[in-house]
Amino acid sequence: MNEITSKTIAELRDGFRDGDFTASEIAEAYNAAVAAAKLLNAYTVTTPEDALACAEVADKARGSEDLPSLAGIPLGIKDLFATKGVDTTAGSHILKDFKPTYESTVTANLRKAGAGMLGKLNMDEFAMGSSNETSTYGPVISPWRRKGSNVGLTPGGSSGGSAAAVAAEIAPGVTGTDTGGSIRQPAAFVGICGIKPTYGRCSRWGIVSFASSLDQAGSMAKTVRDCAILLEAMAGFDPKDSTSLDLPVPKWEANLSGDLRGKRVGIPREYRIDGVPDDINLLWDKGIEWLKDAGAEPVEISLPHTKYALPTYYIIAPAEASSNLARYDGVRYGLREEGVKTLDDMYAATRAAGFGAEVKRRVMIGTYVLSAGFYDAYFTKAQRVRALIKQDFARAFEQCDMILTPTAPSAAFGIGETTDPLAMYLNDVFAVPASLAGLPAMSVPGGLDENGLPLGLHVIGKELDEQMVLNAGLAIEERAGFTARPEKWW
Amino acid sequence: MSVTNEQVRHIARLARIAMSDEEIERLAPELNAIIGWVEQLGEVNTDGIEPLTAVIDQKLRLREDAVTDGDCRDDVLANAPAAQHGFFAVPKVIE
Repeated sequence: MNEITSKTIAELRDGFRDGDFTASEIAEAYNAAVAAAKLLNAYTVTTPEDALACAEVADKARGSEDLPSLAGIPLGIKDLFATKGVDTTAGSHILKDFKPTYESTVTANLRKAGAGMLGKLNMDEFAMGSSNETSTYGPVISPWRRKGSNVGLTPGGSSGGSAAAVAAEIAPGVTGTDTGGSIRQPAAFVGICGIKPTYGRCSRWGIVSFASSLDQAGSMAKTVRDCAILLEAMAGFDPKDSTSLDLPVPKWEANLSGDLRGKRVGIPREYRIDGVPDDINLLWDKGIEWLKDAGAEPVEISLPHTKYALPTYYIIAPAEASSNLARYDGVRYGLREEGVKTLDDMYAATRAAGFGAEVKRRVMIGTYVLSAGFYDAYFTKAQRVRALIKQDFARAFEQCDMILTPTAPSAAFGIGETTDPLAMYLNDVFAVPASLAGLPAMSVPGGLDENGLPLGLHVIGKELDEQMVLNAGLAIEERAGFTARPEKWW
Repeated sequence: MSVTNEQVRHIARLARIAMSDEEIERLAPELNAIIGWVEQLGEVNTDGIEPLTAVIDQKLRLREDAVTDGDCRDDVLANAPAAQHGFFAVPKVIE
């Protein structure tokens, strides 16, 4: 069984097609691994029967000409994606027991591609968090531990369940969503790959909204190739999302190439910041050498507004969230607090009982920056700075084809170690600028720090150039030789 | 600029989140720390910069002005905490 769960999606796909094993054997191996990994708290709901049913369909269809790309592959789905008839709660008490009567476009695309579902993956409440500690289901425990320690570590967030599931081999690949680093930071924390495509590549329809101008779905898996395979199945134009890009989905997997000759890689000087451990800056230097070895020429670039990206994000994202989350009123779905007299009291009591502390904090910030008298000083100002951040990238990309940075300013930290909200927000200091500019970006594991914990390298590409991001990711992967896996303790 | 407890209470009312006095007192310094931190954007010269509204340039699409969905009342009501006679039910609004 273990042999199957240690494979990549590409290996599972090819092995299934070649008849080395059946799709049912794949599904059974993963269902068993999922059931045996409850201590990680990665899944909020498991759907073994779904994985098996899809596997049976795949087994019957094996050998046919038009076998879809993910036939026989069971996946984990972040709890932010609406899945028909299966609990979809965004990690929030306020969506307790919510069972959508519809399927998100991204998961519908994955189903069309033949994928089955192993279950829904735990996450920070409404994707607000960088440690998966704000979930109503409790924190996900990372499968990784520091050398010689059994302290529970966070898998990062908000796609923490997604990241832990891939690292623990209880899903071969998963969906994630990234508003300000929620795919890339957890991928780095657990030593896997994760890509956020250009804003608009994946439909947002049926994904519980956090900050609509930033939210973007993406894929997480063991390898760059697997991320490409999954993303190809997830992406595509959707008339139901007004910001969906009406463009064909490129053949990212077929065009993968680690040959970067003639390409220039930008190294932003503003990303050398104080307080980042030496291990991370050393890995960054190694990454530059790996890309040089692949044929790319490093060039120093400047992204002058980098230090303003996080404060900009923490105005825009809460503002959009306060507006999006206004829908949770106890009337149409989810929790309702009874025992109050008026309709207004029912709204306020429901939201007080249904939202966790971080969500309340962000809704309050968002309400404040959008309120009469403050709107221009905060929200409009942030949108102007966001325009400058986007302009920084546009200028930088006149000099280079991709940008290389570290993914996160630290390795995974312990559960309960970071209690100050501002300190938590700093986790996304390297990830947020690309989100504000809508650019494709991915994290690829580069090595281990002195405590034996994974560190990630972060590639940012031009608008719509996921291929360059994946290619640079592949070049890093081929040279980093990252094969470390967490020792099984769960 | 810092927010007072009274302002926090006002924001909570706007956000329709019930909060006790203790919660307001705990939240006010947290919000002040965050607001103080985001105010560093004041340093940035944004004269003549248009606020960014669409991160990837694209035109909003138009479609034919026709009914494209509907006839799914039971689906819409399926997750309602209280639904009666084909409607959402809420506490009495008018005495």
